[in-house]
Amino acid sequence: MSDITKGAPGVPQAGTPASFALDFGKAWEYAPAPESPDHVKIAPKYELFIGGKWTAPQSRKYFDTVNPATEQKLAEVAEASAADVDAAVAAARNAFEKYWAKMPGKERAKYIFRIARAIQEKARELAIVETMDGGKPIKESRDFDIPTAAAHFFYHAGWADKLDYAFHGRKARPLGVAGQIIPWNFPFLMAAWKIAPALACGNTVVLKPAETTPLTALLLAQIIEECELPPGVVNIVTGAGATGAALVDHAGVDKIAFTGSTAVGKRIQRAVAGTKKRLTLELGGKAANIVFADAPIDQAIEGIVSGIFFNQGHVCCAGSRLLLEESVHDVVIRKLKDRMATMRLGDPLDKNTDIGAINSKPQLERIKELVASGELEGAERHSLACAIPEKGYWFPPTFFTNAGQAFRIAREEIFGPVLTIMTFRTPDEAIEKANNTMYGLSAGVWTDKGSKIFHMATQLKAGVVWGDTFNKFDPSSPFGGFKESGFGREGGRQGLGAYVEVE
Amino acid sequence: MEKKRTQVEDGAPASAAAPGVKTGELAVRDVPAAEVASARVRVNKAYKMYVGGAFVRSESGRYTQVHGAGAGADPETVNVPRGSRKDVRDAVLVAKNAADKWAARSAYNRGQILYRLAEVTESRTPELVESLVRAGASPADAAREVAAAVDRTVFYAGFCDKISSLFSSHNPVSGPHFGFTIPNPMGVVGVVAPDAPSLLGLVSTILPIIATSNVVVATASEADPRTAIVWSECLATSDLPGGVVNILTGQVAELAPQLAKHREVMAFDGTFGSKATELRAELERLGADSVKRVKTRSNLPLGEWFDDRKGQGIAWVERYIESKTVWHPVGV
Amino acid sequence: MTTALFKRSAPTRASRFPLFNPPPVDQVAIEERVANLAKRSIKKASKVAGLKLSISMMDLTTLEGKDTEGKVRQLCRKAVRPLDSDSELPSCAAICVYPNFVRIAKDALGASGVKVASVATAFPSGQSPLEIKLEDVRRAVEFGADEIDMVIDRGAMLSGDYGKVFDEIAATKEACGPAHLKVILETGELGSYDVVRKASDLAIAAGGDFIKTSTGKVQPAATLGVTLVMLEAIRDHFYATGTRIGMKPAGGVRTAKQALQYLVVVKETLGDPWLSPDLFRFGASALLNDVLMQLEKERTGLYQASEDFSKD
Repeated sequence: MSDITKGAPGVPQAGTPASFALDFGKAWEYAPAPESPDHVKIAPKYELFIGGKWTAPQSRKYFDTVNPATEQKLAEVAEASAADVDAAVAAARNAFEKYWAKMPGKERAKYIFRIARAIQEKARELAIVETMDGGKPIKESRDFDIPTAAAHFFYHAGWADKLDYAFHGRKARPLGVAGQIIPWNFPFLMAAWKIAPALACGNTVVLKPAETTPLTALLLAQIIEECELPPGVVNIVTGAGATGAALVDHAGVDKIAFTGSTAVGKRIQRAVAGTKKRLTLELGGKAANIVFADAPIDQAIEGIVSGIFFNQGHVCCAGSRLLLEESVHDVVIRKLKDRMATMRLGDPLDKNTDIGAINSKPQLERIKELVASGELEGAERHSLACAIPEKGYWFPPTFFTNAGQAFRIAREEIFGPVLTIMTFRTPDEAIEKANNTMYGLSAGVWTDKGSKIFHMATQLKAGVVWGDTFNKFDPSSPFGGFKESGFGREGGRQGLGAYVEVE
Repeated sequence: MEKKRTQVEDGAPASAAAPGVKTGELAVRDVPAAEVASARVRVNKAYKMYVGGAFVRSESGRYTQVHGAGAGADPETVNVPRGSRKDVRDAVLVAKNAADKWAARSAYNRGQILYRLAEVTESRTPELVESLVRAGASPADAAREVAAAVDRTVFYAGFCDKISSLFSSHNPVSGPHFGFTIPNPMGVVGVVAPDAPSLLGLVSTILPIIATSNVVVATASEADPRTAIVWSECLATSDLPGGVVNILTGQVAELAPQLAKHREVMAFDGTFGSKATELRAELERLGADSVKRVKTRSNLPLGEWFDDRKGQGIAWVERYIESKTVWHPVGV
Repeated sequence: MTTALFKRSAPTRASRFPLFNPPPVDQVAIEERVANLAKRSIKKASKVAGLKLSISMMDLTTLEGKDTEGKVRQLCRKAVRPLDSDSELPSCAAICVYPNFVRIAKDALGASGVKVASVATAFPSGQSPLEIKLEDVRRAVEFGADEIDMVIDRGAMLSGDYGKVFDEIAATKEACGPAHLKVILETGELGSYDVVRKASDLAIAAGGDFIKTSTGKVQPAATLGVTLVMLEAIRDHFYATGTRIGMKPAGGVRTAKQALQYLVVVKETLGDPWLSPDLFRFGASALLNDVLMQLEKERTGLYQASEDFSKD
């Protein structure tokens, strides 16, 4: 009986023999279970979608998009120049004035519902292309990216004829043409986050997807075409930074919405300064995931793992700083190591893959550079010992212990599967450390005590606080940052504000 | 096509000896034998009440005859169940059993189901229009009513996951507590649909109630019960769980007091003709026994049912919401 | 625990557990985790290997009032050789019967290596005096049972009388002598994962060799969620002591697909040593035929008809 009165059996006593190690070996292995891309057709070449037509770029220039898991070219994609952007903005302006702004909300709603339905119908195809173009595990594109994107269209379709309710009796008017620039980490979902509210509020859109992941945005253009939206309501211009800059600088754009790095966000804010353009920015993050000793530890481990390893850590709100109450540091590290030992890195199309490919070579280089800096600065590195495929861009799940608050790995957004672990002793110290960053996008709190979650949520300077969970998203739940993580919200009633002028 | 105002009459007509037919003589209505022999014989549909996701006759065995000619598949006269007190009781129990599961579904899921209902209703437009025409509407009016009913369904489909954010509040209470108020459903709501518009009135009354996670036992338009049954067939094929909406046909004066009296029915919403003042007062009195939320109204002018501001919206939704306030400490 | 300390009528034994405070369990996260694990795609060779493994882990069970010698003998035959046409298939781990049938099962199984497990301790309710429950155990062991599946006193568990629960398990373990002890928590009656975790820790600390979800007489029986919670208790005990406790989900596991999901949860929670009948069992009756059907499907490429497989 004495062994149970000693304390919580869940917490190993100090000096636990290391030989009591779990063995995640080969007693029973999973056979490869690849999702077949057979019936998915990727065209060899994609044009720009402007004014309801597929249009060749005026420059005649195309760029390649590759599968980051194989380094194989998937397709050639048009590179939109300033002239193409100009045509797209003109088409959007025309559609705004001619059709979209005049259409009653309840009819706009039906178009948006159609898009939502078509996404559900084509979910498998979209998931496969998303995974091939971006490198994320098929289980994530299948179970998260695509269904959540459909949900965003459904949700915002419902607002289109209810805007009068959203602003407490004040009248909401659309802004006009929205220029939207989205990142490569959730290519299809970000397109949905941007397009759905813009359309619901009566705006027309020129969207620029990221240059490494343009394909699903182009499939979305096909869906929009099949849903018979009036021409020009949604225009998709592919390209890199110059295309984005042309869109930001275009005088005919009434609103810019950008999701991406804080550095680019600052450039856009400067470019828009002095114009009448409205702006929302969803930028980087360095979220603290705070685990108290009274937390449900085994479940917190899952939250830590999904917080940093979901989508290879290419998540702006990733829980990339783990703050552990000192008394549970050792047990959490032990459990985290064991949990990581079960993670499967490899073919993103395999349904059992947990960690896919890093999105691009430059991103892989950046991750490697920051990890090297962590080692150099004296933090202790632990990486999953797993086979790395020969081709493609990969980085194993990794964490650092013994990291200082001032280390680069504790301050800079790595945007990869790399977790920096630090400790705290009191709730106040946890808050101080969590807020000790220029970012303020998200935070996580793990404790079995409800009042502590509310206390922490009150004190944390972050746009989203997750209590006993992490990386949860819903179209009804506003998302966005404090401080240099940007301004404006996406989702929920609050998210509509980004796309309307309220009288 | 001869247009005939719908007539509804109870029980079997005493037609043993039809007018103009003398016993012992051959029937006077003569149809050429060849025409009968070569014609395909139509399959007539049995019209039933919709309870617990199934189509049922009245336990009482009673029926009402509904007349009305039209171009579609029905004969001129169809038999519609005349619901009884026990039918109300059974339907309320079925609804009660469905209530918790319906309320436990995510708002998004409820919205998806209502959107599916809109799709299915749109695809059944011809049959609904036909039924309204048989009940006396012009084809153009009937088409307008069905279109409005579909649009109304889309409206509420998109409302399900907005309701909570519109009706909730964070309460800035003094002191170290996090206070918030959120909407909860009431449970079983009894509905008396207006006589007309028989489809749009029924749809407009029921949908805001289920959009707010309640469940419904409704009585259909007494003047045109058939259209409600056709709409029930839309419900039955729409992913809506059985028991969430139950539709009885019969006489309002007989069924409505049972709904108003039943203690499992938490709220009551009825639309009546202008002469039903006494019945309405009686229903309001009956509801007091279980402190029921009773709302009775005189039928709206037809144009208001079609109006997107008056026939739908927040005022319809908030009626069947209970506000729940939660206090939670904030501390370490 | 305040519940026990402040209860006037609480037996004093309960006060010996003032610090008994297992870690909290978060229901939402547990269910999210098992839902994710259940999505693992198990195909081809790994499916065949997993299904064969699951046969070798089965405690083929009959616990009916209408059990007869004939039924038990047939079931024993099936346990030894699950499919007449395939002598390569492994035998089941054990037969699980009432004490009255232990001798018959022992006789029928002979030297096959298939063990005999007997339920005891006033199964399934456990609502009898301790002496009778212990006698139940001693007799089952005397009849030849290799393993004893006991039930805990859920009433005592829920009223906070942990001392009683602990003592009864410890006494039963003593009564088992050489027989292995599986402790049935009857998770379907415990109400929350927190209590499941508490009961798991008690059962392990009091000497259980295995912890087992259910009697099969109460719904819900085994679920992936309670199984994960119990595996986490086993893991924490292993971390603390190096001792490996076994796990047996029972009741409710009816399909090959479910069996593979359980194996996935075991594989990714506790690792290789637990992927063995020594440390993991299924308490099941209908499961075996579904597993055989799926194996035949994998072998022949044809979907099978249930009529083609002997009922016991």
